[in-house]
Amino acid sequence: MMKGVRGFSLRLLLIVATLLVWEGLVRAFSVQAFLLPAPSGIFVALYRGIASRLYLDHIGVTVAETLMGFVLGSVLAFTLGIAVALSRRIEYFLYPFIVMFQAMPKVALAPLIIVWCGLGITSKVVSAALVAFFPLMVNTIVGLRSAEEDRINLMRSLAASRWQIFWMLQLPNAMPYIFAGLEIAMIFALIGAIVGEFVGAQSGLGMLIQSMNFTMDVAGQFSVLLILSALGLLLNGIVSGVRRRVLFWDPSQKIDAAGNAAAGKGGMQ
Amino acid sequence: MAPAAETAAAREVIAVRQLHKRYGNRADAILALDDIDFAVPDREFLSIVGPSGCGKSTLLKILAGLIPASKGEALLNGTPIDGPRRDIGVVFQSPVLFPWRSVLGNVLLPADIQRLGREEMSKRAYDLLKLVGLDGFERRYPWELSGGMQQRVALVRALIHDPALLLMDEPFGALDAMTRESMNVELQRIWMERRKTVVFITHSTAEAVFLGDRVLVMTPRPGKVGDLFSVDLPRPRSLDVMNTEKFGGYVRRIRGVLNAGGGLE
Repeated sequence: MMKGVRGFSLRLLLIVATLLVWEGLVRAFSVQAFLLPAPSGIFVALYRGIASRLYLDHIGVTVAETLMGFVLGSVLAFTLGIAVALSRRIEYFLYPFIVMFQAMPKVALAPLIIVWCGLGITSKVVSAALVAFFPLMVNTIVGLRSAEEDRINLMRSLAASRWQIFWMLQLPNAMPYIFAGLEIAMIFALIGAIVGEFVGAQSGLGMLIQSMNFTMDVAGQFSVLLILSALGLLLNGIVSGVRRRVLFWDPSQKIDAAGNAAAGKGGMQ
Repeated sequence: MAPAAETAAAREVIAVRQLHKRYGNRADAILALDDIDFAVPDREFLSIVGPSGCGKSTLLKILAGLIPASKGEALLNGTPIDGPRRDIGVVFQSPVLFPWRSVLGNVLLPADIQRLGREEMSKRAYDLLKLVGLDGFERRYPWELSGGMQQRVALVRALIHDPALLLMDEPFGALDAMTRESMNVELQRIWMERRKTVVFITHSTAEAVFLGDRVLVMTPRPGKVGDLFSVDLPRPRSLDVMNTEKFGGYVRRIRGVLNAGGGLE
């Protein structure tokens, strides 16, 4: 596909041009490095940080916190989401709590969590889990309730038990919602971990940003931001990769799949 | 007109007696079905025809055990239908296939629910898919099939557990006219080969006459049995039968009943 290749090179060109203009302006007006560093300065900081293994250790900590928080938050969200979706009684009693917590900016709880769980990794995992929890729980509930009446009638007409309706219809039917929730939860877990590190931590990329802020190492901060951005893309990419495999049947996926197939094989039929 | 199917000796698969269905309890309750009475002998193809809102879908839901009757009873092989049963197959207006299951997986859904052996059932599934002209499509997914093909999959799914009764609720209503006619011919062929007891609901007078051994005409508000007659046309019927005087007579008879009942405004 000529258009695809041309579009891609145009995009690349635009990025390179932006970096060049940025570099040129910083040099031309001699902007102080603690205000806005030149791209070259950022890349040097990035290289040094990685070469000295300093960044790698912090990346490891933040990734570990994010993943543990993601798993913890997802398991809880999924379990509670199922309970709420299947039982009107549980929903009735939990609803006030859900509404209250949903409206609250979860990151505002980070200082409290540090007080309760200490400066170690636990508080970041809890913070990440808390932030990741809600989007997945809400999506699980909505997904499980989205089964069409026709499909439920079909299952009922076959004398399916409640559990069979859940396993064979509601759960697979909810998967597109659940995966959308998981993708958000993954990014939210990263946010939760970073905010936790901001408030108080001994290591991690969030802590690194803060300590660089104190020393006015703005180029360093930019380089960490680049790493965070790449991390976010990677983590999100893993979840959407799994989603594409599991949800091959979902119409919203098929648009994507058909597009790829058309680009790759020159049309499907 | 007293064909063999109506002799007293024929076993009744379905017996509906003084069936009423009321929606709501108060004074403004809607009477959907008013004193419905009929029986379907073994291996008969009964068409139920009526305009929308005549309660025919309500009747089918009661027969499928999806909703209870308000008064009266519906019996399947002598036992009251008081909930969903495993010896009934239903084909709905839309195919209602699960996109995450392959054609074979969809067809085997009743077998999975009723925990019938998958191996034996797969063999049956292959046979039935072949019968409806879908051999080779077992591993395909529903979204890869046309509307007519999807409805055939739904038909096979309804037949897989060898039910005593096949209920069909306007199964071809969503298809275009051409596909619909060929599906009618197809259904007749399948029915003649498998000889199930079928209750087929439609709002098309031609479809009702073309397919049915007997036609039950329902008039609306409240839903009542307006007429019940035998269709004395030899099988297999081809589409040409629709041009015959006799066929036209049956269609006119249905229209007459519906007009008298205020069904066609």
